[in-house]
Amino acid sequence: MKSMTEKRKMGKAVIYLLLLIVVLITVLPFVWMLSASIKSDREVFQMNPFVLIPQEPHWDNYMKVWTKIPFAVFIKNTVILTVVVTILQLFTSSFAAYAFAKLEFSGKKQLFLAYISTIAMPWQVYMVPQFLMMRRMGLNDTLLAMVVLQAFSAFGVFLMRQFYMGIPDSLCEAARIDGMNEFKIYANIMLPLSKPALATLTIFTFVATWNDYLGPTIYLKSEMKKTIQIGLQRFIGQYSSEYGLIMAGSVISLIPVLIVFLLLQKYFVEGIATSGVKG
Amino acid sequence: MAKNTELSAAAKKRNRRKNLVAYAFIAPNFIGFAVFTMIPIVVAFGMAFCNWDGNNAPQFTGLKNFIDLFQDTFFLNSLVNTFLYSIGTVPLTIAVALGLAILLNQKIRGRGVFRAISCFPYVSSIIAVTTVWRMIFHSSKGPVNNILYNAFHVPKDDLPQWFTGHLIILSYILFSLWKSMGYYMVIYLAGLQGISGELYEASDLDGANVWQKFRYVTWPQLRPTTFFVVIIMTIGCFKIYDTAVLLAGGSNMSTSAMVLVAFIYQEAFTKWNMGYASAAAIILFLIVLAVTLFQFKNESKYAND
Repeated sequence: MKSMTEKRKMGKAVIYLLLLIVVLITVLPFVWMLSASIKSDREVFQMNPFVLIPQEPHWDNYMKVWTKIPFAVFIKNTVILTVVVTILQLFTSSFAAYAFAKLEFSGKKQLFLAYISTIAMPWQVYMVPQFLMMRRMGLNDTLLAMVVLQAFSAFGVFLMRQFYMGIPDSLCEAARIDGMNEFKIYANIMLPLSKPALATLTIFTFVATWNDYLGPTIYLKSEMKKTIQIGLQRFIGQYSSEYGLIMAGSVISLIPVLIVFLLLQKYFVEGIATSGVKG
Repeated sequence: MAKNTELSAAAKKRNRRKNLVAYAFIAPNFIGFAVFTMIPIVVAFGMAFCNWDGNNAPQFTGLKNFIDLFQDTFFLNSLVNTFLYSIGTVPLTIAVALGLAILLNQKIRGRGVFRAISCFPYVSSIIAVTTVWRMIFHSSKGPVNNILYNAFHVPKDDLPQWFTGHLIILSYILFSLWKSMGYYMVIYLAGLQGISGELYEASDLDGANVWQKFRYVTWPQLRPTTFFVVIIMTIGCFKIYDTAVLLAGGSNMSTSAMVLVAFIYQEAFTKWNMGYASAAAIILFLIVLAVTLFQFKNESKYAND
């Protein structure tokens, strides 16, 4: 009996050890980033001995970033873009999803098929004609191009529809008998009920838009329109040896997305879990 | 008789009203979706058969773009690299993610914290993490090579050059593993929690060992999850761009670092060969389609067993 419990304890210890190693591998690059962001360029690669926090931390790296490049402009652009895209995505997706889940109309199947069939289509397949079209519309080098590019995804409609399918139809029927019109049912009944799905969609959209790299690379050419990702990249190209500064900029770029992630973490996990299990 | 037609007219009117309400709900999303997604998709297929610089009138050239592509060593190289990267990344990430999920599925403390931390790389911006990665694996100054040199006494000239030559693909693979293992672990964890405990109790009674339980209970039960994971991960792998460009250090990539989407980008946006780029994009689409169909076929074969 004793050997059983001992064996089990050993097993537990091995599990914790393995998990600890994985945590270290996951976290070490971030620790390195934080540590490097308060070092001078000479200290960054100093290995023998390696110090986590230098004796004289260079907090001024965090000040210099704002003056060396238009960092505030990049952040402003990214915030505007992310907020507008996320709001549009939430409203238009949940709107369309309500019709697909709870209303009968002609052409429903065909329209939904159009969404489904593009869900696995990589954006990279049609990014070239999309760019030519946007340019003809005069949207090249505008944030508006980035908005319309990301705000109407098939994924959002699909995700919201799946959630609405789980809400009993009888709820809508009862409301209809009470004389509510469809817009009121959507706004007063469905929307409040779908908070978890909206949270999932929020975090996915926020993360994708905030971190988008290829889209802004194609569309945003002038300095004052750049997002934080491509702004940072130019900075890295320009000041390639000023590692401390680059790391400070990187840390700042990570903060908003990590905050949103930690706040909505539960929904992120639920979102990928349900989409994964149900396929 | 007259009453009947009157009724159906009223029903028709009601139906039309119903349709209009539904279309009003769909329109805001659908208009954007149709204009900015569906139309470009159709155009992409047309452009692939044309010679077009995006400004003058396109010329129809039939299959010429595709024939040229398969004689273009730069394209073939990018295709091979993308395949190598995908073949390396998918099984490795699945093995690690599943292993972690099984560990985390035990009764352990701090599961939530671990799950949150393991998703950090996934939500972090690619610029920030690739920059750190390039520092950590820096060929002469980075800590990884420093450890290889000091602790494992690898001669200075033999130290790996992680971001040039053939090792670059390995760097892509390791980086992707680090970035996405937490994400796929969460998917597997949900799959594991859907497996009924009775199956394990039954296999306990049959005297199954740990490996047998995995082989005959866990793995078959997880098939729907694995099916989904393989599809989205493979598609994700074939779309690799940011990782490649940023790890290899700039959009002017060498043959050994080139990947499919970087090829499309270069042809389209630096050389303005819009038709040629679209033909390469269609190849990307065909690969993704083939992977999806293959997986579906596999899945239905098992489902029928």
